[in-house]
Amino acid sequence: MATGGQRRIDIEDVGDVTVARFIDKKILDETNIQIIGNQLFGLVDEDGRKKIVLDFTNVEYLSSAALGKLITMDKKVKGAKGKLRLCSIRPDIYEVFAITKLNKLFDIRDDQEKALEGF
Amino acid sequence: MFQHDLFTVSMSNCEQFQITIKNDTVAGQQVQERIVKILEDLGYPPRDVFSVRLALEEALVNAIKHGNGMDPTKSVQIECSISQDLARIEIEDEGEGFEPEEVPDPTDPANLERPCGRGLMLMRSFMSLIEFNDSGNRVTLEKKREQASENGDGDASEDESS
Repeated sequence: MATGGQRRIDIEDVGDVTVARFIDKKILDETNIQIIGNQLFGLVDEDGRKKIVLDFTNVEYLSSAALGKLITMDKKVKGAKGKLRLCSIRPDIYEVFAITKLNKLFDIRDDQEKALEGF
Repeated sequence: MFQHDLFTVSMSNCEQFQITIKNDTVAGQQVQERIVKILEDLGYPPRDVFSVRLALEEALVNAIKHGNGMDPTKSVQIECSISQDLARIEIEDEGEGFEPEEVPDPTDPANLERPCGRGLMLMRSFMSLIEFNDSGNRVTLEKKREQASENGDGDASEDESS
Protein backbone atom coordinates (compact mmCIF):
# COMPACT_ATOMS: atom_id res chain seq x y z
CA MET A 1 0.00 0.00 0.00
CA ALA A 2 2.29 2.64 -1.25
CA THR A 3 1.46 6.25 -0.76
CA GLY A 4 -0.83 6.53 -3.75
CA GLY A 5 -2.17 9.73 -5.17
CA GLN A 6 -0.63 13.12 -5.08
CA ARG A 7 2.24 13.85 -2.78
CA ARG A 8 1.00 15.63 0.34
CA ILE A 9 4.27 16.07 2.18
CA ASP A 10 7.64 17.43 1.13
CA ILE A 11 10.56 15.41 2.38
CA GLU A 12 13.95 16.86 3.12
CA ASP A 13 16.88 15.09 4.70
CA VAL A 14 18.88 17.18 7.14
CA GLY A 15 21.77 14.96 8.23
CA ASP A 16 20.13 11.82 9.54
CA VAL A 17 16.87 13.60 10.30
CA THR A 18 13.90 13.52 7.96
CA VAL A 19 11.96 16.78 7.80
CA ALA A 20 8.44 16.21 6.47
CA ARG A 21 6.59 19.38 5.63
CA PHE A 22 2.85 19.30 5.03
CA ILE A 23 1.92 20.83 1.70
CA ASP A 24 -1.79 21.35 2.38
CA LYS A 25 -3.20 24.35 4.18
CA LYS A 26 -6.18 22.34 5.36
CA ILE A 27 -5.80 18.87 6.73
CA LEU A 28 -9.51 18.25 6.94
CA ASP A 29 -11.00 16.12 4.24
CA GLU A 30 -11.25 12.45 5.07
CA THR A 31 -9.67 11.21 1.85
CA ASN A 32 -6.91 13.74 2.14
CA ILE A 33 -6.20 12.71 5.72
CA GLN A 34 -6.07 9.07 4.68
CA ILE A 35 -3.48 9.84 1.99
CA ILE A 36 -1.42 12.02 4.31
CA GLY A 37 -1.54 9.31 6.96
CA ASN A 38 -0.31 6.67 4.51
CA GLN A 39 2.50 8.91 3.30
CA LEU A 40 3.59 9.58 6.86
CA PHE A 41 3.41 5.95 7.90
CA GLY A 42 5.44 5.02 4.80
CA LEU A 43 8.35 7.04 6.18
CA VAL A 44 8.61 4.59 9.04
CA ASP A 45 7.15 1.37 7.67
CA GLU A 46 8.68 1.44 4.20
CA ASP A 47 11.67 3.78 4.38
CA GLY A 48 12.71 2.81 7.91
CA ARG A 49 13.27 6.41 8.94
CA LYS A 50 13.65 6.92 12.67
CA LYS A 51 14.24 10.60 13.29
CA ILE A 52 11.39 12.59 11.92
CA VAL A 53 10.35 16.23 12.20
CA LEU A 54 6.86 17.17 11.05
CA ASP A 55 6.79 20.77 9.91
CA PHE A 56 3.38 22.50 10.13
CA THR A 57 4.40 25.82 8.56
CA ASN A 58 1.74 25.61 5.84
CA VAL A 59 -1.05 24.19 7.95
CA GLU A 60 -3.94 26.54 8.73
CA TYR A 61 -6.61 23.99 9.62
CA LEU A 62 -6.46 20.59 11.21
CA SER A 63 -9.29 18.33 12.32
CA SER A 64 -9.53 15.66 14.98
CA ALA A 65 -9.25 12.98 12.30
CA ALA A 66 -5.82 14.38 11.42
CA LEU A 67 -4.87 14.29 15.11
CA GLY A 68 -5.72 10.60 15.04
CA LYS A 69 -3.19 10.02 12.25
CA LEU A 70 -0.54 11.95 14.16
CA ILE A 71 -1.13 9.81 17.23
CA THR A 72 -0.76 6.66 15.18
CA MET A 73 2.39 8.08 13.59
CA ASP A 74 3.83 8.83 17.03
CA LYS A 75 3.17 5.24 18.08
CA LYS A 76 4.80 3.88 14.95
CA VAL A 77 7.91 5.98 15.42
CA LYS A 78 8.18 5.06 19.09
CA GLY A 79 7.57 1.41 18.17
CA ALA A 80 10.55 1.64 15.81
CA LYS A 81 12.59 3.16 18.65
CA GLY A 82 12.72 6.42 16.76
CA LYS A 83 11.89 10.01 17.64
CA LEU A 84 9.18 12.29 16.31
CA ARG A 85 9.04 16.05 16.76
CA LEU A 86 6.49 18.56 15.57
CA CYS A 87 7.34 22.15 14.75
CA SER A 88 6.12 25.50 13.39
CA ILE A 89 2.56 25.08 14.60
CA ARG A 90 0.60 28.33 14.43
CA PRO A 91 -1.25 29.47 17.57
CA ASP A 92 -4.77 28.49 16.42
CA ILE A 93 -3.60 25.00 15.64
CA TYR A 94 -1.52 24.78 18.80
CA GLU A 95 -4.72 25.44 20.70
CA VAL A 96 -6.20 22.31 19.13
CA PHE A 97 -3.27 20.34 20.58
CA ALA A 98 -3.53 22.08 23.94
CA ILE A 99 -7.28 21.55 24.34
CA THR A 100 -6.93 17.87 23.62
CA LYS A 101 -3.78 17.73 25.81
CA LEU A 102 -1.85 16.27 22.92
CA ASN A 103 0.78 18.93 23.51
CA LYS A 104 1.84 16.60 26.33
CA LEU A 105 1.99 13.55 24.13
CA PHE A 106 3.95 15.14 21.30
CA ASP A 107 7.36 16.75 21.41
CA ILE A 108 6.50 20.17 19.95
CA ARG A 109 9.20 22.74 19.08
CA ASP A 110 8.79 26.34 17.95
CA ASP A 111 10.48 26.04 14.57
CA GLN A 112 12.48 23.71 12.41
CA GLU A 113 15.81 24.91 13.73
CA LYS A 114 14.78 24.18 17.31
CA ALA A 115 13.30 20.86 16.27
CA LEU A 116 16.63 19.81 14.77
CA GLU A 117 18.62 20.84 17.84
CA GLY A 118 20.07 17.87 19.67
CA PHE A 119 18.10 15.38 17.63
CA MET B 1 -33.28 16.22 -5.04
CA PHE B 2 -30.27 16.93 -2.90
CA GLN B 3 -28.29 20.08 -2.69
CA HIS B 4 -31.19 22.41 -3.28
CA ASP B 5 -31.90 25.01 -0.67
CA LEU B 6 -35.26 24.62 0.94
CA PHE B 7 -35.16 28.29 1.61
CA THR B 8 -32.69 31.08 1.44
CA VAL B 9 -32.98 34.48 3.01
CA SER B 10 -30.36 36.98 2.20
CA MET B 11 -30.34 40.46 3.58
CA SER B 12 -27.54 42.91 3.92
CA ASN B 13 -26.54 41.73 7.38
CA CYS B 14 -28.16 38.34 7.78
CA GLU B 15 -27.97 35.09 5.82
CA GLN B 16 -30.17 32.08 6.31
CA PHE B 17 -30.49 28.86 4.44
CA GLN B 18 -31.58 25.30 4.85
CA ILE B 19 -30.14 22.54 2.73
CA THR B 20 -30.23 18.76 2.54
CA ILE B 21 -27.03 17.19 1.30
CA LYS B 22 -26.18 13.65 0.37
CA ASN B 23 -24.22 11.66 2.90
CA ASP B 24 -20.80 12.45 1.53
CA THR B 25 -17.90 14.41 2.98
CA VAL B 26 -17.33 16.29 -0.29
CA ALA B 27 -20.89 17.65 -0.11
CA GLY B 28 -20.16 18.51 3.52
CA GLN B 29 -17.05 20.44 2.48
CA GLN B 30 -19.08 22.47 0.02
CA VAL B 31 -21.50 23.57 2.71
CA GLN B 32 -18.57 24.33 4.95
CA GLU B 33 -17.03 26.59 2.29
CA ARG B 34 -20.36 28.31 1.76
CA ILE B 35 -20.74 29.10 5.47
CA VAL B 36 -17.13 30.25 5.75
CA LYS B 37 -17.71 32.60 2.80
CA ILE B 38 -20.77 34.11 4.53
CA LEU B 39 -18.77 34.68 7.72
CA GLU B 40 -15.96 36.31 5.76
CA ASP B 41 -18.39 38.49 3.82
CA LEU B 42 -19.94 39.62 7.11
CA GLY B 43 -16.48 40.53 8.37
CA TYR B 44 -16.20 37.97 11.16
CA PRO B 45 -12.68 37.92 12.64
CA PRO B 46 -10.36 35.17 11.32
CA ARG B 47 -10.32 33.53 14.72
CA ASP B 48 -14.13 33.08 14.61
CA VAL B 49 -13.96 31.76 11.08
CA PHE B 50 -11.32 29.26 12.20
CA SER B 51 -13.51 28.11 15.09
CA VAL B 52 -16.64 27.71 13.00
CA ARG B 53 -14.82 25.86 10.23
CA LEU B 54 -13.25 23.48 12.68
CA ALA B 55 -16.54 22.81 14.50
CA LEU B 56 -18.39 22.36 11.21
CA GLU B 57 -15.84 19.88 9.97
CA GLU B 58 -16.17 17.85 13.16
CA ALA B 59 -19.97 18.02 13.25
CA LEU B 60 -20.37 17.11 9.58
CA VAL B 61 -17.94 14.20 9.80
CA ASN B 62 -19.79 12.99 12.90
CA ALA B 63 -23.13 13.18 11.08
CA ILE B 64 -21.90 11.52 7.88
CA LYS B 65 -19.63 8.88 9.39
CA HIS B 66 -21.00 8.08 12.80
CA GLY B 67 -24.63 9.20 12.54
CA ASN B 68 -25.41 7.98 9.04
CA GLY B 69 -22.69 5.35 9.05
CA MET B 70 -21.43 6.43 5.58
CA ASP B 71 -24.70 5.13 4.12
CA PRO B 72 -25.00 6.76 0.68
CA THR B 73 -28.80 6.52 0.74
CA LYS B 74 -29.01 8.77 3.76
CA SER B 75 -28.77 12.53 3.92
CA VAL B 76 -27.81 15.33 6.27
CA GLN B 77 -29.91 18.39 6.86
CA ILE B 78 -28.25 21.69 7.64
CA GLU B 79 -29.89 24.88 8.80
CA CYS B 80 -27.82 27.96 8.98
CA SER B 81 -28.55 31.43 10.22
CA ILE B 82 -25.81 34.00 10.40
CA SER B 83 -26.26 37.57 11.51
CA GLN B 84 -23.68 40.22 12.30
CA ASP B 85 -23.36 38.94 15.86
CA LEU B 86 -24.18 35.28 15.84
CA ALA B 87 -23.65 32.25 13.65
CA ARG B 88 -26.05 29.42 14.37
CA ILE B 89 -25.85 26.11 12.53
CA GLU B 90 -27.95 23.02 13.08
CA ILE B 91 -26.93 19.69 11.62
CA GLU B 92 -29.20 16.67 11.65
CA ASP B 93 -28.45 13.16 10.46
CA GLU B 94 -30.69 10.14 10.03
CA GLY B 95 -28.88 8.01 12.55
CA GLU B 96 -30.07 6.76 15.90
CA GLY B 97 -28.20 9.44 17.78
CA PHE B 98 -25.87 9.01 20.72
CA GLU B 99 -25.36 10.06 24.32
CA PRO B 100 -22.76 12.84 24.33
CA GLU B 101 -22.06 12.17 28.02
CA GLU B 102 -20.97 8.65 27.19
CA VAL B 103 -18.17 9.72 24.90
CA PRO B 104 -14.96 8.97 26.82
CA ASP B 105 -12.81 11.91 27.83
CA PRO B 106 -10.02 11.95 25.26
CA THR B 107 -7.73 13.88 27.61
CA ASP B 108 -7.85 11.12 30.21
CA PRO B 109 -4.31 9.67 30.24
CA ALA B 110 -5.81 6.26 29.51
CA ASN B 111 -7.36 7.59 26.31
CA LEU B 112 -4.69 10.09 25.29
CA GLU B 113 -3.17 7.78 22.72
CA ARG B 114 -6.46 6.64 21.24
CA PRO B 115 -6.78 8.10 17.78
CA CYS B 116 -10.43 9.18 18.03
CA GLY B 117 -12.94 10.94 20.28
CA ARG B 118 -11.65 14.50 20.10
CA GLY B 119 -14.16 16.10 17.75
CA LEU B 120 -16.79 16.75 20.39
CA MET B 121 -14.28 18.30 22.72
CA LEU B 122 -13.00 20.63 20.00
CA MET B 123 -16.54 21.73 19.13
CA ARG B 124 -17.23 22.52 22.78
CA SER B 125 -14.04 24.50 23.13
CA PHE B 126 -14.23 26.52 19.96
CA MET B 127 -17.94 27.33 19.87
CA SER B 128 -19.99 29.52 22.21
CA LEU B 129 -22.67 26.85 22.50
CA ILE B 130 -23.17 23.26 21.48
CA GLU B 131 -26.38 21.38 22.16
CA PHE B 132 -27.84 18.07 21.13
CA ASN B 133 -31.49 17.15 20.83
CA ASP B 134 -32.78 14.38 23.09
CA SER B 135 -32.16 11.62 20.61
CA GLY B 136 -28.67 12.91 19.81
CA ASN B 137 -28.97 13.04 16.03
CA ARG B 138 -29.19 16.82 15.81
CA VAL B 139 -26.52 19.22 16.97
CA THR B 140 -26.86 22.97 17.31
CA LEU B 141 -23.70 25.03 17.13
CA GLU B 142 -23.53 28.70 17.95
CA LYS B 143 -20.67 31.12 17.69
CA LYS B 144 -21.01 34.64 19.00
CA ARG B 145 -18.96 37.10 17.10
CA GLU B 146 -15.84 37.96 19.01
CA GLN B 147 -15.93 41.61 19.99
CA ALA B 148 -12.99 43.72 18.97
CA SER B 149 -10.77 44.59 21.92
CA GLU B 150 -11.45 48.28 21.55
CA ASN B 151 -15.12 49.16 21.86
CA GLY B 152 -15.83 50.01 18.30
CA ASP B 153 -17.02 53.49 17.69
CA GLY B 154 -19.51 52.29 15.13
CA ASP B 155 -23.13 51.44 15.70
CA ALA B 156 -23.90 50.28 19.19
CA SER B 157 -26.26 47.47 18.32
CA GLU B 158 -28.28 47.48 21.49
CA ASP B 159 -31.59 46.86 19.83
CA GLU B 160 -32.87 43.34 19.90
CA SER B 161 -34.50 42.31 16.72
CA SER B 162 -35.82 38.85 17.35
